[in-house]
Amino acid sequence: MKKFLKLPFADIVFALISFSAAITILTLVVATVVVLFKEASLAIDKFGFLKFIFTVEWNPVKEIFGAAASLYGTLITTFLALLIAVPVSIGIAIFLTEVAPPFLRTPIGIAIEMLAAIPSIIYGMWGLFTLAPIMADYIEPTLQKWFGDWPIVGKLFEGTPMGIDLLTASVILSIMITPFIASISRDAFKLTPDIVKESAYALGATKWEVIKDVVLPYSKLGVYGGIVLALGRALGETMAVAFVLGNKHQITFSLLDAAATITVTLANEFTEADTDLYLSSLFYLALILFLLSFSILAVAKFFLLRAEKHFQR
Amino acid sequence: MMDLAKRRKIKGSIALGLSTLAAVSGLFWLTFIIFDVLRHGLPALNLELFLEDPAPPGIPGGGLRNAFVGQLLITGVATLIGVPLGVLGGTFIAEYARGTKLAKVISILSDIMVSVPSIVVGTFIYAIMVKPVGHFSGWAGAMALAFIMIPVVLRTTEDMLKLVPWTLREAAFALGASYFRVIKDITYRAAATGILTGVILAIARVAGETAPLLFTSFNNSYFTLDMSEPMASLTVTIFNYAMGPYEDWHEKAWAAAFVITVGILFITLLTRSIIHWRYKD
Repeated sequence: MKKFLKLPFADIVFALISFSAAITILTLVVATVVVLFKEASLAIDKFGFLKFIFTVEWNPVKEIFGAAASLYGTLITTFLALLIAVPVSIGIAIFLTEVAPPFLRTPIGIAIEMLAAIPSIIYGMWGLFTLAPIMADYIEPTLQKWFGDWPIVGKLFEGTPMGIDLLTASVILSIMITPFIASISRDAFKLTPDIVKESAYALGATKWEVIKDVVLPYSKLGVYGGIVLALGRALGETMAVAFVLGNKHQITFSLLDAAATITVTLANEFTEADTDLYLSSLFYLALILFLLSFSILAVAKFFLLRAEKHFQR
Repeated sequence: MMDLAKRRKIKGSIALGLSTLAAVSGLFWLTFIIFDVLRHGLPALNLELFLEDPAPPGIPGGGLRNAFVGQLLITGVATLIGVPLGVLGGTFIAEYARGTKLAKVISILSDIMVSVPSIVVGTFIYAIMVKPVGHFSGWAGAMALAFIMIPVVLRTTEDMLKLVPWTLREAAFALGASYFRVIKDITYRAAATGILTGVILAIARVAGETAPLLFTSFNNSYFTLDMSEPMASLTVTIFNYAMGPYEDWHEKAWAAAFVITVGILFITLLTRSIIHWRYKD
């Protein structure tokens, strides 16, 4: 402190100003939690925590609110989206670092990153007008034809294919998160020292064996970080799924059914909430979503920092 | 009976083939989406779109002047709030607080906040700016976007300032310059291109946000310049029009989508090539 006061006057002023700017972010995070908690307190008192997240019913008329259906939709769409996006993105990362001829690497890399720049509302709208009809007319009937008779898998594709359902939402979500995982994985792959790869080649390994046994193990922390980061993003994505999910509060085993996620519920019902308890329950949902994605993103950050340290050694 | 070497080679080709296929699928989605936006958006584009206000629901004609102007105002005010806070905050943790625990905490926290669900930001601003006054407002929308912008700008500023070699600052210190002078005349100058591109990318990012505006600036079918009233934005208009029942609304939604997509992709490409050219990576 003493040292600080000896600084020139301009420095003291500028340091204080920039300090308060830096502190804003801290304030905003704390304020978000406090405010959401306060706004949700009515619902928290009424429903508690466990009862709220395990109640399926969401009934504004009877004023019974439970998060189970929204949580289920959020988790299922996120899980499915990752299931599709992870292998594809790692494939893209492998292509960009090992397969593509060098002059193609930058343009294709930029093109993939362009996918991440497209606003989510465009994904949502495209999903509604273009992808949903394709899903309803071609892809979903085909899936039913192939898997409909299978014992358990068949249940996943029951119902009339409408295109407005969990499957379509997950596909859109997967396209949205692919560039995140791909670009972080690519950066992680690039950090593998050439000398390690060359040693493996010298032992007679094929290109794929080098990737599988040298590059992937070497960069796994970075890849995990990318996947968890995408998971955090997918949980909170609103507009891309709002168009094609139907906002129906139910827990359904079939992927061809309409559902709701926390974000879709908020987007559709927030301005319609006419009672205090209704609004408070929506704030409760927002609080749960915030804490959930915040902790997942913190884990992602942990992985990425570990990966960074790993390479600095 | 195949020998082992051959099997390994075939396995390798299959795996690498699949990875190529993955890259092709990524490019396929990109072109599919962009092509679709062009195909629907271009024919719907006309001068009235920019110059006229919306016609009453169900009646064809009119434009989206209110939404264009609202979008510009909300994004503009958000930029005026978010950019100074972000740049100053980034300066603090990269310069005065370099290497301290506080700097690290703020940096990590910002990284997390960059990806936090934007709709939650909307609910937060609703609670502090809409609920107390009882009505939606353009100010609230701008605050929500500024909230999202601050961590993005803060992190890029930090990264760009850290790229400036420490020896450059030492040279200035040796000449007797104060730290404030060094930041203002040396590091800001050296990092200017980087910070500026970061700022532009942050603007492009929030310009496409919809979720935080849904219950802050809400929507308004009339033209207004008064930020204390509910205000239309392009993104929320796209949401309402695309979900609406009229064919005319859908066309307008595509036109607005076209403007937003082309604008944001153009800005992103431009800034990316500037970074590429400036930092050669």
